[in-house]
Amino acid sequence: MAKATFEVPELSQYPDVPAVTPGTMAHSMPFVSKQDFQEPLGYPGELVENWQEQAIAKMGDLLGRYRSLRVYLDSCVKCGSCTDKCHYYLGTKDPKNMPVGRQDLMRKVYRRYFTLAGKLFPKLVGAEDFTKEVLDDWYSYFHQCSQCRRCSVFCPYGIDTAEISMAAREIMDSIGVGQKYCNEIIGKVYKIGNNLGLPGPALEDTLEGLEEDVYDETGVRVRYPIDVEGAEILLVTPSADFFAEPHVDGLIGYGKVFHEAGVSWTLSSHASEAANFGMFIGSYENMRRVAQRIREAAIQLKVKRIVFGECGHAWRVAYSFLNTLAGPWDFLDPRYPVPQHICEFTHDLIQRGQLTFDKSENDDKVLTYHDSCNVARASRMGDTPGGQFEIPRAIIRATCNHFHDMDEETIRDRTFCCGGGGGLLTDDLMELRVKGAKPRVEALNNVMLEKGVTHMAAICAICKSQFTKVLPYYGMEMDQIVSLHQLVSNAIVLTRLTDDEDEDEDEDEDETDEDEAA
Amino acid sequence: MSFLTMFYAYLFYFAALVLLAGLTIKIVEYARTPAPLKIPTTPAPTTRTGVVFRMTREVVLFESLFRGNKWTWIFGWIFHFGLFLVTLRHLRYFIEPVWLPIELIQPFGVYGGMAMVVGLAGLWARRFLVDRVRYISSLSDHLILALLILIGSTGLLMKFVAHTDVVAVKSFFIGLYSFDPYPLPTDPLLLIHLLLVALLMIVFPYSKLLHAPGLFFSPSRNQVDNPREQRHIAPWAKRLEQE
Repeated sequence: MAKATFEVPELSQYPDVPAVTPGTMAHSMPFVSKQDFQEPLGYPGELVENWQEQAIAKMGDLLGRYRSLRVYLDSCVKCGSCTDKCHYYLGTKDPKNMPVGRQDLMRKVYRRYFTLAGKLFPKLVGAEDFTKEVLDDWYSYFHQCSQCRRCSVFCPYGIDTAEISMAAREIMDSIGVGQKYCNEIIGKVYKIGNNLGLPGPALEDTLEGLEEDVYDETGVRVRYPIDVEGAEILLVTPSADFFAEPHVDGLIGYGKVFHEAGVSWTLSSHASEAANFGMFIGSYENMRRVAQRIREAAIQLKVKRIVFGECGHAWRVAYSFLNTLAGPWDFLDPRYPVPQHICEFTHDLIQRGQLTFDKSENDDKVLTYHDSCNVARASRMGDTPGGQFEIPRAIIRATCNHFHDMDEETIRDRTFCCGGGGGLLTDDLMELRVKGAKPRVEALNNVMLEKGVTHMAAICAICKSQFTKVLPYYGMEMDQIVSLHQLVSNAIVLTRLTDDEDEDEDEDEDETDEDEAA
Repeated sequence: MSFLTMFYAYLFYFAALVLLAGLTIKIVEYARTPAPLKIPTTPAPTTRTGVVFRMTREVVLFESLFRGNKWTWIFGWIFHFGLFLVTLRHLRYFIEPVWLPIELIQPFGVYGGMAMVVGLAGLWARRFLVDRVRYISSLSDHLILALLILIGSTGLLMKFVAHTDVVAVKSFFIGLYSFDPYPLPTDPLLLIHLLLVALLMIVFPYSKLLHAPGLFFSPSRNQVDNPREQRHIAPWAKRLEQE
């Protein structure tokens, strides 16, 4: 079990809602971004002098640009429906981690400066001046929201705390108070092309290594191409897929699926990252700039389709925002949606009977499936609402013999976030991540006890990294989290020979011909 | 005309003005503010018709609240449905002749009044009994419940304990249309009831009562889930593209 400097929550068999315990997470805050990480994104390097004035002005600006923010700040009636829905509240007991508690940190400032009631009777309506203490609270608690949208499911007005957290982070960035983790990463994307700062040659090496590994294991030359002009499909995948476990097993799986489909595909070193951290910091401009790389890569490589790898928040930006941020996609093949999810691609092949599986290859596992929050509540797969739940499960059922869902209250659109989403997947927030994972790990634990589940599949790079790190705190094994396409990879039967294997044979034949001629 | 009648006449002109102007300003503001990104909480309908159904379920049945918390849902729904019946019943004071459906609804309106007070009491109890709801309640949340309960109970008292001259009350309101109000009866219950109603109208556009128009403008509920099929772009975002 991993060592913790804080108390790891105890798992229980029944979901319990903790009693309100103010201040338990007031100390939690991520490292503040340094000047070097702020400037490439267009933000001041440190807290500006007239920060209060500028923050209020920025809030006014955002209120005029985002209907969500304006409506959500006005509409809350404090009914309490959301109060027991956030995994961070359930794991930390801190009332400022109740969605409405978090929203109120901004709402009280909004009321003070933008509403008549708050200007005239601040005490009556809970309005407050934007003081340094309030700003500190903002920095702490708006970095305890993973923008998972679970609260918005249960709110009678659909108030989405993610929208408010994003706005708060954008306001803080604009006055020079940024979060190191997110802003440093966005800078790397601008400079190098992906979150991990892996340069093109390193990617090529990795992919060559993968080809060799797959060949050694299967005897088939499955290709993992990069920067191939004229390929049909551009695959955009989170950079963690290039080397992290269990992510890379998913990437191996995508390659095998493409191989069996017989389509040409390529990665891009220019757009070697699916994730778009611009969303986490609520910055339309940065999100757009990051998304534009994908457009540039698609044009440069002359592809006809775009497919995204397993990544949750990335799929939200891809599915819901990419057309807005980097469209229109009229230069791509109109027969396919832009973009497609790798699960849609694989599922489609399964439907058409083009993939052969040996399910027994996964018989060493009993699976459950974790619906990643942003896939579940902020996107779709396939043609019908809810396809984002059914398609991944259909793939698991096609590739595994043993599958059990977790408690119905904790899956599909009621799924719990892994605890590391929304720009919080950083070691300086370890306590928050462990505590926030509690509701999900609890449901996992229950299905392990009741159904003998051994592994949990996920389709999000953040979920995979988060569980790898966090499960050991709860006495579980880090490799109990697997990629969905890892299961595909295990079970798929490779039936197609590659072009150069055909060529090899041709050459052999040629040689024989020559021999015969001689 | 008595001072009292004059006072109430002007009070209601003022309250109606604030309510209408305030709400209009807010609604125009909501409508004019763009929603730059597609953010429906999914699974979401993929057609306009589907969205109309989703919104109808939210407005009529409080679907999301039902999934969120059964106690709040039952009390909240009882209160709102009661209020709806009461409002229909009260229309008879403002129209002449009274439409048939409004006549038919009259007896149900009384039950609506009772339901309203019961629902409000339940909602208020939660603000004391549930620690999480207690934590998020501010003074104004309590006051608005008090206001509504007082309106409901003074109304019920007039129905069951101390009647007022409802014909005169109607004449007063009908008279307001032509700036010629008839004298208002001076029963204290009626005067309190009307004063509080005027207060409610004035407070409406400046308080959380904005949840009523707000719901219709909530992007997570009213957007169609079709971002891949249709490019969605706000005017200010379009300008970024031209730079």
